[in-house]
Amino acid sequence: MSTETMTRAEAAPAVLPVGRYGYDQIDRTFLRERIEQFRDQVNRRIAGDLTEEEFKPLRLMNGLYLQLHAYMLRVAVPYGTLGSKQVRALARIAREFDKGYGHFTTRQNIQFNWIKLEDTVAALEVLAEADMHAIQTSGNCIRNITSDEFAGAAKDELLDPRVHAEILRQWSTLHPEFTFLPRKFKFAISGSPHDRVVARFHDIGLIARPGPHGRPVFEVFVGGGLGRTPIVGVSLRDDLPEEDLLAYMEAILRVYNAHGRRDNIYKARIKILVQALGTDEFRRQVEEEFVAMDRARYRIEPGLVEAIKARFGAPAFAPAGEAVAVLAEDRRRDIAFDAWVRTNTHEHKAPGYISVVISLKPAGGIPGDATAEQLDLLADLADEFSFGELRVTHLQNVVLGHVRQDQLHTVWQRLSQAGLGTANVNFITDIVACPGLDYCALANARSIPIAQKLSSRFANLELQREIGDLRINISGCINACGHHHAAHLGILGVDKRGQEAFQITLGGSGEEDASIGQILGPAMAEDETVDAVSRLIDLYLVRRENGERFLDTYRRVGTAAFKDVVYAPA
Amino acid sequence: MPLLENGHPVEDTWRYAVESEALGAGDIIVPFDRLSEGLGRTEGRLGVVLPNSESVSTLKEALPKLALVVVTFPIFRDGRAFSQARALREHLHFTGKIRASGHILPDQYEFLLRCGVDSVEVSGNTDMAPWEQALRRFTIATQPSPVLDEKPTGFGLRRFLATP
Repeated sequence: MSTETMTRAEAAPAVLPVGRYGYDQIDRTFLRERIEQFRDQVNRRIAGDLTEEEFKPLRLMNGLYLQLHAYMLRVAVPYGTLGSKQVRALARIAREFDKGYGHFTTRQNIQFNWIKLEDTVAALEVLAEADMHAIQTSGNCIRNITSDEFAGAAKDELLDPRVHAEILRQWSTLHPEFTFLPRKFKFAISGSPHDRVVARFHDIGLIARPGPHGRPVFEVFVGGGLGRTPIVGVSLRDDLPEEDLLAYMEAILRVYNAHGRRDNIYKARIKILVQALGTDEFRRQVEEEFVAMDRARYRIEPGLVEAIKARFGAPAFAPAGEAVAVLAEDRRRDIAFDAWVRTNTHEHKAPGYISVVISLKPAGGIPGDATAEQLDLLADLADEFSFGELRVTHLQNVVLGHVRQDQLHTVWQRLSQAGLGTANVNFITDIVACPGLDYCALANARSIPIAQKLSSRFANLELQREIGDLRINISGCINACGHHHAAHLGILGVDKRGQEAFQITLGGSGEEDASIGQILGPAMAEDETVDAVSRLIDLYLVRRENGERFLDTYRRVGTAAFKDVVYAPA
Repeated sequence: MPLLENGHPVEDTWRYAVESEALGAGDIIVPFDRLSEGLGRTEGRLGVVLPNSESVSTLKEALPKLALVVVTFPIFRDGRAFSQARALREHLHFTGKIRASGHILPDQYEFLLRCGVDSVEVSGNTDMAPWEQALRRFTIATQPSPVLDEKPTGFGLRRFLATP
């Protein structure tokens, strides 16, 4: 080999991961140092140098919960984007340290429910080899930054929010000032006017759009949240320039850190502070801090943004060619495939491409669960058909962002063979559910069995298509991890005199028309609840007009009629 | 109570005011409600304990006469003092010493230093090893410190941590 070719080979840029920030040696050193710290913390706990009370926030900082039966490890998936190598690492953890499966969460993370304390450091090492970690997936700190599952792909997107999500990730990771906040703090960021990130139900929700000088500007929602006190966030700024993004976020967090309540865990989220002060006063305090800051110190110059963007791999889209025509022909020839394309795909910005939603909600299945074998298959499909990139959705499904339309039929066949071809996205069986009392130490009721019963009851795909878009979310307790408040039809597990029972809420939405579901009436037993849902659906099918969704009919008709079919004596 | 600076125990030349006793001469730390009494003194340096519920702006007038501010952690989970230390440096340009006292874990040491704290009070039977380790273990942070000028790593927000 000549010197010249050797130099060229050495100078060739490393292949960067598509859709996410590619780690370099510095990022890897950072992770290694943190794992060593955690190893020490585990050892200090075992030696008794740390009390359980002291160890708890430290293990939580590394995503380690103590649940009902075992430790649970929650792995961070920054802005929901995963590489195929990372998915294989997750499969390995499922196999070696868990019972062969993982559970995708509404925060775009994945959690493993059967981890042993003594295995946690080894599991973190497996993650680190794939540039992953579990830092700040729990604890009273800034949690994983979530984003649009169709980022960088959706036709309606104005800009890919993931570069700014990465900037926020780096800024918030072990931030010296904001790691012991009054309570957890959740960010979501989108670059589309269509809110697919539930921006208005986050502590901070950001909607990015191109600004007047070619740099992004952000609308800033603050103080939204679900949980015990569901509140729709308020818009604090509509025109925050990119260069001030971090300064303004710091200012919000500083006001919260100083004045958020610490006397009552249930009143400690920023939403309570914003409500107590009122939007105007909260905004005034944030602005006061913001103008007092040395803004140059926090300024994000375009050069900094571009340098981070340069660590992102971009998909090299091929010309559309015959792809569109091939897909049209495949759909014409295969009715089942056509039905799946209708529900499980999303329009792509590049001609000849399409985004695919892989449903993790098979009939009668457990929402969001994936086996190690399925994870490996997802990694293979990502490599073969989507530039090695996968996304996790906040609705507990998985997305292949960039599939050539002429390869879609093959993708569908491969998915179907593995039980991942269910054509039910956004339908009544595309249920979101928290782990519930089967796993969670906080839950009052099991979420999974009722999800499975509903999924079985409505398994008929023709019936599901007839019912149309209907979002069911199930939470096993008032903490609302299943986001039932934001569902068209929400189900909340409660404890009724020692028995598991379920309340139904109607009329919630997590999108631009954000609203909080209203409780329909007293809680019922599991089977009664499933029957009640059937009656609600029957009423909707009778009363709907002009292709209304369930939500639209409910909003138009009002609560009374729906209440009657559930509670009025026959 | 041992005082920790740069990961090592140092001699504490300050004493805390004793309740219902005169302040006397020498370097003394007064509680927040005896600040004006302390400021009226003519001999020795003055420090004050800032409760974590107080805004640092309450010290604005007194600050030029203060050599030390003690920020407090009633419990390690209560992170208000991080913001107070940072605000003392950033907004009030305080150049005296900032000391942290109360329930603090070595795992928080790095954060304290990066918010502008100089020294930490630890209890008498504390094992110093985790504190020294906490100082040496980390070489990289992924955001600029709000108050320290740390060396950037070439691009982005990342910083090399200052090693003492």
